[in-house]
Order: sequence, then structure tokens, then C-alpha cells
Amino acid sequence: MSTPENLAPGVVPPLLDVRDLVKHFPIRRGLFGTPAAKVHAVDGISLSIAAGETLGLVGESGCGKSTAGKVILRLIEPTSGSIRLEGRDITTFGDGDMRSVRREMQVVFQDPYSSLNPRMRAGEIVGEPFINYGMGNAGEREDKVASLFRRVGLRPEQMARYPHEFSGGQRQRLGIARALALGPKLIIGDEPVSALDVSVQAQVINLLMDLQAEFGLSYLFIAHDLAVVEHISHRVAVMYLGKIVEVAPKRALFGAPQHPYTEALLASVPLPKPGMRRARQTLKGDVPSPIAPPSGCRFHTRCPYAIPRCSQEEPLLHKVGEGHDVACHLR
Amino acid sequence: MSNANVSAGAPPPAGTPLLSVRGLETRFFDDGMALKAVDGLSFDVARGETLCIVGESGCGKSVSALSVMRLLPPPPASRVDGTILLEGQDIRALSEREMRRVRGNSISMIFQEPMTSLNPVVTVGYQIAEAVRQHEGKSWAEGFERAVEMLRLVRIPEPERRVKEYPHQLSGGMRQRVMIAMALACRPRVLLADEPTTALDVTIQAQILELMRELQEETGTAIVLITHDLGVVAEMAHRVVVMYAGRKVEEASVGDLFERPCHPYTVGLMGSIPELGSSLVEGKGPRRLAEIPGIVPSLRAMPAGCRFAPRCPLATDRCRTEMPPLEEHRPRHWSACWHWERAQEAIHVHA
Repeated sequence: MSTPENLAPGVVPPLLDVRDLVKHFPIRRGLFGTPAAKVHAVDGISLSIAAGETLGLVGESGCGKSTAGKVILRLIEPTSGSIRLEGRDITTFGDGDMRSVRREMQVVFQDPYSSLNPRMRAGEIVGEPFINYGMGNAGEREDKVASLFRRVGLRPEQMARYPHEFSGGQRQRLGIARALALGPKLIIGDEPVSALDVSVQAQVINLLMDLQAEFGLSYLFIAHDLAVVEHISHRVAVMYLGKIVEVAPKRALFGAPQHPYTEALLASVPLPKPGMRRARQTLKGDVPSPIAPPSGCRFHTRCPYAIPRCSQEEPLLHKVGEGHDVACHLR
Repeated sequence: MSNANVSAGAPPPAGTPLLSVRGLETRFFDDGMALKAVDGLSFDVARGETLCIVGESGCGKSVSALSVMRLLPPPPASRVDGTILLEGQDIRALSEREMRRVRGNSISMIFQEPMTSLNPVVTVGYQIAEAVRQHEGKSWAEGFERAVEMLRLVRIPEPERRVKEYPHQLSGGMRQRVMIAMALACRPRVLLADEPTTALDVTIQAQILELMRELQEETGTAIVLITHDLGVVAEMAHRVVVMYAGRKVEEASVGDLFERPCHPYTVGLMGSIPELGSSLVEGKGPRRLAEIPGIVPSLRAMPAGCRFAPRCPLATDRCRTEMPPLEEHRPRHWSACWHWERAQEAIHVHA
């Protein structure tokens, strides 16, 4: 298996390449629904993912990480920016062209309870993509579904059951089997293990990592649990209020975080080691509203190191190490 | 400060538990079938102490707290047995009216979801003042004064303005602070906190945990903290109870538990969480997470013998037929496992 961390930059074109992606949601008021303001959910993010690579996307609620995932999947239309998959610009693809793209790019959602049709049998849910894409006859499809069931750790006998008969972890396995059905190259996981108990979460994380090794899958792994993201990712991007503030190979990000927000996030995680409570500088206050984000650096209102420049001028992402970019005036 | 019926006498001598639960059993009745959600749980918590109850969904940890608070649907829907002593008094013997005076006064509870536990149509100040009025017979003016004071105590900025706001005007972190303020308004001696930070972001969680520690140092409140997060346990607990399928399977001081766990379930839980900083210590790639195979058994089909046996790598025939008793294997360290001495091997089997 190729380890993307070792690839020289520029040698292999990235599987996914997102440039300056923006998603603003208008807030309409009054009789004629005049846009009164807009939510800056995603405000100009760029990221790329190589074949076989996992990019973790972390941040707190409301930072725009889930919206970013949905815009990349074209489940939500971007306001501006471009999304390239294997070099093709899919940003303006119509429904017909998107059909072929969807075979290559799949999604696993957080909530295994609400993302499976309760009236369909598990085998039908996993086999539906084959019907949608007119693949094989009934017998061939059933064989494929059975092998997908085995691959994700379910028993083929369970194909006749309904979603409610499965546990949370098993339902997430169903979601993964469905995402795998068409042999995608990229899977976007939006908090795919967050709703699971830890013992079951470990099973699903191991499964995702095994599948990546076996099929050379790429993942965009969106999550808020930093330890899980560190475990599963090769590189990690940190979002704050619609912006990526830092992106780096995981060892650099977790070993030597450069952005004050990344530092604060890492310091906030309670460690499962008694007596190791760290002298931490807890961040004050809450995340500001994305309707009127702060001027300059969006983090300056909570940053312990802020200087006057931070509230006036927006810091741009710049290189501080190999593959390590940070958006901070002080670094 | 009026103490209602509880603890009219002298404060308990040091070391005497403020809350002592013995043999708690909680049953729910469904279609004539009795489902035992909590099966013989005992624990003590002393002044200034934090006891963490850990376990996964369905292990009975929340039901235990609701049983103590008498907040479950009344019989015939559910039935609670066992002894619950609050400062030496059996609160199970109290009438509903007397119990209402105890709740929020001597013992309070914080829930995971602040939005569903706060009244959306009245201001947060009113909600806190109401509790103070009810329990301490104060006037509305005094109640609002206390509300401002409590909001300041939980570090809500501009408490004089916030006290007049409704829950929807506050962020998630602030709502959770309001819940804590409300729970602490009458200076309870015992606080039950059920996953108080699970719905919050890590930076806000850090603030809330720090706040709870500071308040405990100031007031000596005994805290029972229910959580599934071993990181929170390591940071907050003095002692830990591990629950599985309605039963306590292990209890120890926090240091002892993490250092020498004596139950394969505890060992499995610890092995299944990825650790922050894992990428820094290992040369080549992340370790494989330990899995606990299978799922928690259903209340309708509890295995005979040890309830963890079907998922346990160490299980033998004895485990499958004979329930292991909870025994003190080392000083102040109890576990319910026939193979407790080999418990730590449980991790290697799947690693």
C-alpha cells in the first residue's frame, strides 16, 4: 500500500482537489423574502486528497465541516469555488454527469438510524445501487450483496431483515456496505462513528481501515473526536468558522500544532490517564455566529495571543513545514 | 438555610458517605414481562468526592440515577427496590411531597440535553428563582438575586442581562451552565450529573469540567458523574464504578482502575479507545484498536452466568453457567470476574 505521506508533492494528481470552496446560506426576511444576511458556513476552503489517503477534517459544531462534505458530494450547491475529482471539474455537472461521479464518490452518515429506509430489507438497501445502475441480473446482484455483507462483518442470512432488527454498529456496517457497492474511490464519512459506543466504534474504525488497505480507498473523514481522527487519518485539516486554519500530516499537527486554535482544541481533550491533567488554558466563550464572523482572523476574539493586526487583517494559509500550512499572523 | 427533612442533625462525620445506595434494583414492565435494567447496584459517595459511573448505552447507568432521584415513571410501569440513604436517611421511605423537597435541595441532577430539560417559555432567571423560592421560602426578588449570583458563579458573562433571557437565546455551552446553576442554586450536598458534557464541543467541555471541579472545591458537593468517556473519568473521578448490562462489574480508585483493571470488560473498553498523541509514539502506523466482539445483551435475553461471557476472550464454561460475585480482590478494588487475575490478558487476544 502506498503511504501518501511519502509521496513527493505533485507527482500523483490528487484524487479530490477542492479550491476556494464557498457556501453561503441566505437568511431571508420579510414579505418578499429579501435576503437580509447570510450564514458563512464554508468560506473559501481548499483541500486535496490523494488516492489511498485519509484526510481528517475536524472542528467544533457549526464550523462548517459537515456542510463542506455535503457541498463536495454536490448534495448542496456551492456558492463558488471548484471541486475536481480525478482531474474532472464536477462543480457544474448536471444530474446525468453526476450519476457517473456518484459511483466513484460515496458517503457514510453519522446516524445509522435515519439514513436507512425502514421499509426496505437490508439486502435491498445494499443492493439498490446495482439496480439503479442496471448492473447484473437478480442472481448476480444477490451474490454481490452477500459478499458485501460478509466483507463488512454481517452474515448473508441477515439480508432478509429490516434495519430496526440491527444494532447501531450493524446499521453502520450496512451503510458502509451500501457505500462500497459500486466500488467507489472516495468515501466521505460525516461523523461515521460518533453515534456508536466505544467498543463498537473500535470495530467500525478497524473495518474502515481494513477496507482502505484492501481497496485503496480514499476517505474524507469528518469528525469532532480528535483521538479518532488522529488514529485513522494521514493528514488532518482543522476548521474554524468556515475556514481551514491549519492543515498538516498528522504527526506534525498532533506533535507540533502551530495555530492557537489547534493548540487549544488538543489541550481541551481529556486524556484517559489519571493524574495527567494538563495545565491548560481553557478557551473563553463560545464560537461566534457565522452570520457575522469576526473581522480579520476569525479566531481573534478567543485567541490568547491576539495582537491588533489580527482583528484588522485576515491571515492567509502559508507554509510552515512540509505539507504543513497554517493561517496565523504569529507563525 | 432550611434543610427540609433531610439532615436536620449534625453533618455526617468525615468519611461517612453522603449518598449510600445498597442493592438497587430497577425493573420496567412491558407486556407483563419484567425487565431488570439495574440489578443489585451499590455505591457510596462522600463529601467532596467524585464517583464516576462508566458504561456503554443500556448498561443501566442513567436509570440508576433516575431511580435515586425518583424520576422514573411510577408503578406499575417501573419498580425500584433497594436502599437509598441520603445523609443517613432512607429517602425511599419519603412521600412524594417530601421527596419533592429533597430533589433540587439536598440532591440535584444535571441532564445531558439542556434544551429538553429547561422550560422554553420562561426566562432562565425565573427557573432558578422558582427553585430557590420553593426550597428556601425566599421572595421572588431574593430568588432573582440568587439567580444572578449563580449565573456569575458558573461564569456566564453579563449575568444581569442573561438572567432575563430564554433558553433558546443561549448557546449550548451556556444552557449547560444554566442547568448547573439551577442544580446548584440551593447548594445541594449531592449532585448527579448524567453525561453533562457529552453534547458539548471539547473546548466547552473543558470549561464545564473545570467549573464542576472548582465548584466542588468551594462547596464540598459530592458528585456522581455518569459518563462513557474514559478521558472524562481520568480527569474527574476519585473512584470509579464500571457497569455492564445492569450490574457493577468493577469498582476501584481511579488510579488503580487505569493501572490494574481487574475485569476483562474494563480492559476491553480501555483498549478500544484511540489515544490522543498515538501518531507521535509509534514508528509505523497506528496500532489496531482492540475490539469487544458482539454487542451488549438485550434485557429480554440476559445470558446465564457472567453477562459479559459471550463477548469475553477469557470466558470458560464456569463463566457461562455461574455468575461471578463482586469480590474485593485488592484493597478497595472490587471486580466480578472468575479470571480477574488474568483480566489484563483480555486485551492481547484481539490486539
